[in-house]
Amino acid sequence: MKKLSARRRHPLAAVVVLLLALAATGGLYTAFAPASKAKADESAQSLTIEEGKKLYEVGCASCHGAGGQGTTDGPSLVGVGAAAVDFQVGTGRMPAQQPGAQVPRKKVIYTQAEIDQLAAYIASLGAGPSVPTKNQYSPEGADIAKGGELFRTNCAQCHNFTGKGGALTHGKFAPDLEGVQPKHIYEAMQTGPQNMPSFPDTVMPEKAKKDIIGYLNAVNSDQTKNPGGLELGGLGPVSEGLFAWIFGLGALVVVAVWVAARTAKAKKS
Amino acid sequence: MSSQDIPEEKLPAEPGAAHGAVRAADEENPFADPGLPPHEHRIQDIDERAAKRSERTVALLFTVSMLATLGFIASYVWIPNDKSVYIFPLGHISAMNFALGLTLGVALFCIGAGAVHWARTLMSDAELADERHPIEASPEVRAKVHADFKQGAKESAIGRRPLIRNTLLGALTLVPFSGLFLLRDLGSLPHEKLRHTMWAKGKRLVNMNTNQPLRPEDITTGSLTFAKPDGLEEEGNEEYQTEIAKAALMIVRLQPDNIKDKRELEWSHQGIVAYSKICTHVGCPISLYEQQTHHVLCPCHQSTFDLSDGARVIFGPAGHALPQLRIGVDSEGYLQALGDFEEPVGPAFWERG
Repeated sequence: MKKLSARRRHPLAAVVVLLLALAATGGLYTAFAPASKAKADESAQSLTIEEGKKLYEVGCASCHGAGGQGTTDGPSLVGVGAAAVDFQVGTGRMPAQQPGAQVPRKKVIYTQAEIDQLAAYIASLGAGPSVPTKNQYSPEGADIAKGGELFRTNCAQCHNFTGKGGALTHGKFAPDLEGVQPKHIYEAMQTGPQNMPSFPDTVMPEKAKKDIIGYLNAVNSDQTKNPGGLELGGLGPVSEGLFAWIFGLGALVVVAVWVAARTAKAKKS
Repeated sequence: MSSQDIPEEKLPAEPGAAHGAVRAADEENPFADPGLPPHEHRIQDIDERAAKRSERTVALLFTVSMLATLGFIASYVWIPNDKSVYIFPLGHISAMNFALGLTLGVALFCIGAGAVHWARTLMSDAELADERHPIEASPEVRAKVHADFKQGAKESAIGRRPLIRNTLLGALTLVPFSGLFLLRDLGSLPHEKLRHTMWAKGKRLVNMNTNQPLRPEDITTGSLTFAKPDGLEEEGNEEYQTEIAKAALMIVRLQPDNIKDKRELEWSHQGIVAYSKICTHVGCPISLYEQQTHHVLCPCHQSTFDLSDGARVIFGPAGHALPQLRIGVDSEGYLQALGDFEEPVGPAFWERG
């Protein structure tokens, strides 16, 4: 110790202390720093996130805030997950055109690659449901009868028995599910977009979601076989009754007037 | 064939004369009765060939109806019931449904059309006047009825023997009550059934989708879950529908700060609230839940309840807030009921109070 103390005024002493301090700081940093940031092999992923961030700043930040923390015009996106982004942007609901009771489905303006980049950026803000795989949402191998039961318990109250949609309060509505991609139906159940409640895997397991998609595919798609012909919107007794009263009764009135208006007499008066 | 083609000798001699009771105005009746308009003949009355043609038309319509009925039977027997065809305005439709509807429609329409054509062209079209008669009976008949009644009353001595009269009135009044009491057999009185459900202290909340008991961590904010009491199974249980109709629950998780009602917060578990799924108006299953507004809408009559404020009615005809079930967690970490509903679930009834 005496030797070390004697050399403390040596011209190189400061350099040695500085080197030691740097080494200690570096070592401590390596030991405690988050492992994911230190890994170099995720550069592709971070590039996607970077691209997504740029898209976000142009198309989304005005309502959802610069860091996705939300503003008065749009909710926070921290923790909504990639599935929510894929649903909202993939069905054209986002970016929203104007504020209103509900943001409707419209033309998709981003490519799937851009949607994936946006989704990666939003997913990096906080953990949330990820985009489902084809195996999870494909209607193949689904139990359609069970799906129908689950649909009537959980979904039919708003979306109608065969997914034709229905009205809610103050201009809000449950949309028609015809022609909606199975992936988007799966994501909607998982994330609960807008006023729709979510049905997370903890209360509605993956298999149940697949069954519901199988049921919708059977009753409300191009492959649906409808023995009744003209379905009048499939909305039930209201539209059917209206049709019967107006066109059925109307035809009877027209025939009765036509019969009575023609005279059977030989001479026209 | 028009009227010009009819030979002159077949036309009626005097087509323009009015018929029926014609009467000029007089002292008693100041309005002249013009009688019925002159009767005009139809081609079929004048021309036997036209009448024959009408006869054939009517017979043809009836024959078409017979053929359509045979077609109906044939379609039912021979068309396979999963065959689908495309018909222009109707789109894809079951071939059998379409054939049955079409043939039955034609069969009924032709019977009607034939009957109308028959009546219009061949049955007699001479108009007949049938004079109205006074409703009043003649004075002699009335006098006799009055006299008979008085004599009958006198002979029965009903005015002189009030005991008989009063007991008769009593007997006649009571007889209809026997029918009223038979109605009781339409069903037993509900007694306390409407006031209690299967929920009781310690009953676990079972997920309707998976049939597994629920844990608080399964319920995320913004989600909607339906639950039934533990032990209520559908298989082989005759009482299932009766019980689930009262015990059905919807479970949502709210942020505890968002709950405005003090009792609701107290009866929740970490913001998880359990409400009856039965509308208090006429008992429709009510679960159109809007997760951002926390409103629940009934699809039948649009009653709207605010789940963040004790399920208060904010719109529509419902008279009561939705009953809340008090919940907690048992020793194994599952959600459980801490008792039955405090008030009867579903629509109000006479003695509900």
